[in-house]
Order: sequence, then structure tokens, then C-alpha cells
Amino acid sequence: MLVSIYRYNPETDSQPRMQDYQVELPQGKDIMVLDVLQLVKEQDSSVTYRRSCREGVCGSDGLNMSGKNGLACITPVSHVIKNNKLVIRPLPGLPVIRDLVVDMAAFYKQYERIKPYLQNDTSPPAIERLQSPEDRAKLDGLYECILCACCSTSCPSFWWNPDKFVGPAGLLQAYRFLIDSRDTHTQERLAELEDPFSVFRCRGIMNCVSVCPKGLNPTQAIGHIRNMLLERGI
Amino acid sequence: MVTNITSLGRNGVHDWLVQRISAVVLLAYFVFLVVYVATNTDLSFSQWQNLFSHTWMRVFSLTALLSLCAHAWIGMWTISTDYFTSAMLGSAATVIRLGFQLVCLLILISYFVWCVQILWSI
Ligand code: SF4
Ligand code: SF4
Ligand code: FES
Repeated sequence: MLVSIYRYNPETDSQPRMQDYQVELPQGKDIMVLDVLQLVKEQDSSVTYRRSCREGVCGSDGLNMSGKNGLACITPVSHVIKNNKLVIRPLPGLPVIRDLVVDMAAFYKQYERIKPYLQNDTSPPAIERLQSPEDRAKLDGLYECILCACCSTSCPSFWWNPDKFVGPAGLLQAYRFLIDSRDTHTQERLAELEDPFSVFRCRGIMNCVSVCPKGLNPTQAIGHIRNMLLERGI
Repeated sequence: MVTNITSLGRNGVHDWLVQRISAVVLLAYFVFLVVYVATNTDLSFSQWQNLFSHTWMRVFSLTALLSLCAHAWIGMWTISTDYFTSAMLGSAATVIRLGFQLVCLLILISYFVWCVQILWSI
């Protein structure tokens, strides 16, 4: 199989380039894209990428594989191979540090902006703040996000305005705290989101939903936030 | 909150609502016109003129015109802030964006004035 990998080392290269490698796939077994990268690295140790857990938990190896974002460690080669060729690029829209490693600062900045922690003005109880099973259930489909950035870097609105549009990952978490029964800062949170960019740049293209390796639905969460903003605004 | 912006409404919620309501008004207006033309196959000029001389039709047309302008402005403003950013165009971005917005605004104002003149000359 031919593997074409995006290469860029800012210290030596003036331009990024694509480099081809020939990789022998094991017979009768569908390996993951991360395994392919490992095979490539055995040939050429300068190929750089990020990974850690190799089982879809840490969110380190978000990559663009044959045009679609996903986690290399849980994406079978058979899903992304086209004409016996696999093209691997870094996540689109973020500055490249080297090869497949991108600078996620803009992404984390938006995450930080939505204040991803519980804020509660009432005095804390002796042990813990309790939540009914129904209220807890509202967090399902939201808390599972591993911040891999596959969604935000597939979103055109985030490419155009990464400094103003919170992006699907950040907005999914924004909703996770807006809907949490233990958080008392709902109004303050909404006030931070009502401008024409933070939430309203979402055009509902649903690229984010189609790539999320955790099967989450940021578009739906964004719809909920928009409804909350509308109710608050009228 | 993102604050360094130029737009029409007070905030994103307002813009979003205006965009939806104006779309509905425009749809109603054009569906009405199409149905009117389709059901009056032998439409004459005097009949057409008569239609536009009614006050309700003028109000309807004016509402549609206002909706069109608001809709176009929000749309063009959004496009300009998507594509004419400093990440795309460097330091010239602000000038290009504001210039583009100004041109859009001038076009919309001239169309508005022109249409009002037409409507009131009937
Ligand atoms: S639905 Fe919204 S957030 Fe998701 S990719 Fe589309 S524009 Fe981006
Ligand atoms: S929502 Fe999904 S794609 Fe986006 S950062 Fe979270 S886990 Fe990754
Ligand atoms: S290596 Fe941890 S998610 Fe892929």
C-alpha cells in the first residue's frame, strides 16, 4: 500500500510537501492507521506525530486521513484507503508545528473561554452536590468529549474565525455546563455567547457530527444553546 | 463575548431572528407574486398597475423590500467577516472588509430609495 504523508519541518523546509512510503499490510488483518504510521516510522524515524493511549481515549492522534478527520488509533485502514492509497495530513486549519503535529492553542483557548468547570454561588454542602438521575442523564452525550479537535478542525466556520467562533467542541462543553443542574451561572454563560460569532457562526453543516470519533452531536448541542439564547433574548 | 464587530442588530440573537423573519416575509411575497401571475394568465398592464396602487400591496411590497435589505445586509456582512479576515488577507483585511461592507451598504440604500420611488410613483 502507498502511504502519502504530509511533511513539514519549519527548521529545514521552506514549504510543506507530501512524501510517499510503501507499506506492506499484514495479510488477513485490518490494522489501524496508527499502526501504519508506526510501520512508516520504522522506515523513517523523522516522521512526527502525536499519540498516547492508542485506544481512542486520550484524543492525541486526531488526523486527516484521506480527507476525513478522525483518530488514527481507532480508524481501520480499510475505512480510509482509496485505490490502495492512504493520504495522511494534519488536522486542517491549525498551524503545523511539524509533520502531523498541529498547534492546538487556538482550540484550547476557545475551550477555556467557555469556563469548562462548575460555577455555583450557593454555599457548598458538607459532602457533595447531589443531582437527580434525570438531571445527570442530561449530561450524557456531552461529557464524553475527549477534546481531540476532529470536529472543530473540520468546521469551515472555525477555519475562518478560530479566534471568534467557539467551535463545535467548545460549544458542546458550553452546553454541558449550561444544562448542568449544579451550575448557577447559566445567565452569565449565555451572555458570553450571544454575539454574532461565538455561537451564531454555526451554519449547521454537521461536518462536526460526521467526524466525531465518540459519536457525539455538537450540532444538536448548538441548537439547544441557540434556543436558550432565543428564549433569553425575547 | 466577541465585541470588536460591526453589524446591524444588537447581537447574534437579533441578527439570527431578523434573518429568519425576513426570509419568511420574502418567501410569502414572492410566492404571492408568482401565484398572482400564474392565475392571471391574461394579465394586462393596467391590472398590474391597479394591484400595486392598493395600500395593502404597497405596505406588503415595502415590508418585502425592507426584509430584502436587512436579509442581504446580514448575509453580506457575514460573508465578509468569514472570508475577509486577517488570517486570509493579512493586514489589509480590515480595509478590504470595511470597503466591501460600505459598497454593499451603498448598493442596498440606492436600491431601497429607487424601489420606494417606483412604488410611490404608481
Ligand atoms: S454544524 Fe456548526 S459547528 Fe458543526 S461543522 Fe457545521 S458549522 Fe461547524
Ligand atoms: S466533540 Fe467529538 S470530535 Fe469534537 S473534540 Fe469532542 S470527541 Fe473530538
Ligand atoms: S492515541 Fe489516544 S486517542 Fe488515539
